[in-house]
Amino acid sequence: MTIPQDTAPPDRGRPEEIRAVAVRHPGRWVAVAVIAVLAAMLGHLMVTSTVLHWDVVGQIFTYSTVLSGVVKTLELTVLAMVIGIVGGILLAVMRLSKNPVLSGASWIYVWVFRGTPVLVQLFFWNFLGALVPTVGIGIPFGPTFASWNYNDLIGLFTAAVLALGLNEAAYFAEIVRAGILSVDEGQAEAASSLGLTHAQTLWRVVLPQAMRVIIPPAGNETISMLKTTSLVSAIALEELTRAGQDIASRTLYEIPALVAVSFWYLLMTSILSIGQYYVERYYSRGSNRVLPETPWQKVRKNLVSFQRHEGAVR
Amino acid sequence: MSVEPMVRAEQVHKSYGQVEVLKGIDLEVQQGQVFCLVGPSGSGKSTFLRCINHLEKINAGRLYVDGELVGYQEKNGKLHELPDRVVAQKRRDIGMVFQRFNLFPHMTALENVVEAPTRVKKVPRAQAREQGMELLTKVGLADKAGNYPSQLSGGQQQRVAIARALAMEPKLMLFDEPTSALDPELVGDVLDVMRGLAQDGMTMIVVTHEMGFAREVGDSLVFMDGGVVVESGHPREVLTNPQHERTQAFLSKVL
Repeated sequence: MTIPQDTAPPDRGRPEEIRAVAVRHPGRWVAVAVIAVLAAMLGHLMVTSTVLHWDVVGQIFTYSTVLSGVVKTLELTVLAMVIGIVGGILLAVMRLSKNPVLSGASWIYVWVFRGTPVLVQLFFWNFLGALVPTVGIGIPFGPTFASWNYNDLIGLFTAAVLALGLNEAAYFAEIVRAGILSVDEGQAEAASSLGLTHAQTLWRVVLPQAMRVIIPPAGNETISMLKTTSLVSAIALEELTRAGQDIASRTLYEIPALVAVSFWYLLMTSILSIGQYYVERYYSRGSNRVLPETPWQKVRKNLVSFQRHEGAVR
Repeated sequence: MSVEPMVRAEQVHKSYGQVEVLKGIDLEVQQGQVFCLVGPSGSGKSTFLRCINHLEKINAGRLYVDGELVGYQEKNGKLHELPDRVVAQKRRDIGMVFQRFNLFPHMTALENVVEAPTRVKKVPRAQAREQGMELLTKVGLADKAGNYPSQLSGGQQQRVAIARALAMEPKLMLFDEPTSALDPELVGDVLDVMRGLAQDGMTMIVVTHEMGFAREVGDSLVFMDGGVVVESGHPREVLTNPQHERTQAFLSKVL
């Protein structure tokens, strides 16, 4: 845009660039000093400790039982989350239903499964065989067509998946419910005025928009689930934590085993966090004018802007 | 023999709890008419509009669209509620445009338009897209087909919303204050589209504060206040020569 000559302010030249003395932050230097000392102490411990055995940590990290423990942990996480998410959506839809029986049933489910510790539920599923020795298909209180022994049907792994998944469903239901309630009522009205059925409105219009609210806590739940699977070691299922413990009790390298296991958890949760970021980005389409940058785009932009702004006032 | 009116209301009552919003509305909207509903806010005009496609249930009276009872079925003198599926089916024939647009924000303009025909009428995708593009061209937004609603101005969003409603090939269009949420300079574009629809012979019921539009395009006008029809007639007559005191008072403020 150009400003007509006669209305332009009198040209007095561009004023001198401001080069002010920056405000001092003595507190920052104190913080740096404290943290540096603590870090140095930790570093010293790690290097000089006689129980850490970094070479052993490395060996345990790639030991075959640990690796298969990692696989088991991932399997547990994925399956439990699938049950949790599907069950959670179902429970949330039931809870918001106009049918009082469905919404009441959903409420009771959430009440029971959120009100008892997941470890107790885990034991429960593992020992349910004592209460229900056989599981069969037939007419309730009538003849049975086929039946199985509970402990044959529900092994250790299935019990663990069920316990974690059904517990997760209760938490996830609340997340989904909050997401559905966050969508403007006008959306459902517009959809039904177009002739979409309740189910189509839910799947095509409401849930995709609810996803933006659901995804961040869902990511946290997944990361949390990955760590919660370590509870399964209590029913002697050989997942990552149990694998580490077994090595520790066999070799007495307790600390290296814990460190190796921790590194695995940290690695997996980090990868999940990155995945969560991209999923969130996908579901934010339409709500932002421009898609948020990927971390890599951000780094590149920062590098460029850093070069440009160098020397100027910040 | 006279043609069945598109909408016939007989003593329509609607209350929310203790508050009675509609206190006996009688009116008829003929086929091909542009029917304007005006009145102060809280007069019940939007509520009446929402009763026509059964977004709100009426408490007493009868409401017919194209000769059929809205939301109910009469058997042996007793009213039976229609199942949700049938209500949804009947809504296909009635397009609605909202004050706040209510476009689906996670879909592009074209996807918004195509959604209902493909899901509800099972129109093949390619054909629906072609028709969708035609409709977007009609409202002057063919170049915005790939944009999300958040990338469009209010006026553009409302025109997409009109195209979305038209995609179901309705026999009746309901407009609930379609220009009230728009910046003044964007109102004209939306009214132009509505004017075009009227010329094509679409039956339209328009709740509006745009008296200029009502005078120019409307075939019939009803002034509502306090849940009743105060005055009705041809827009030019009612607007230039209001008979009722309340109509006069209202028009003196908005004209």
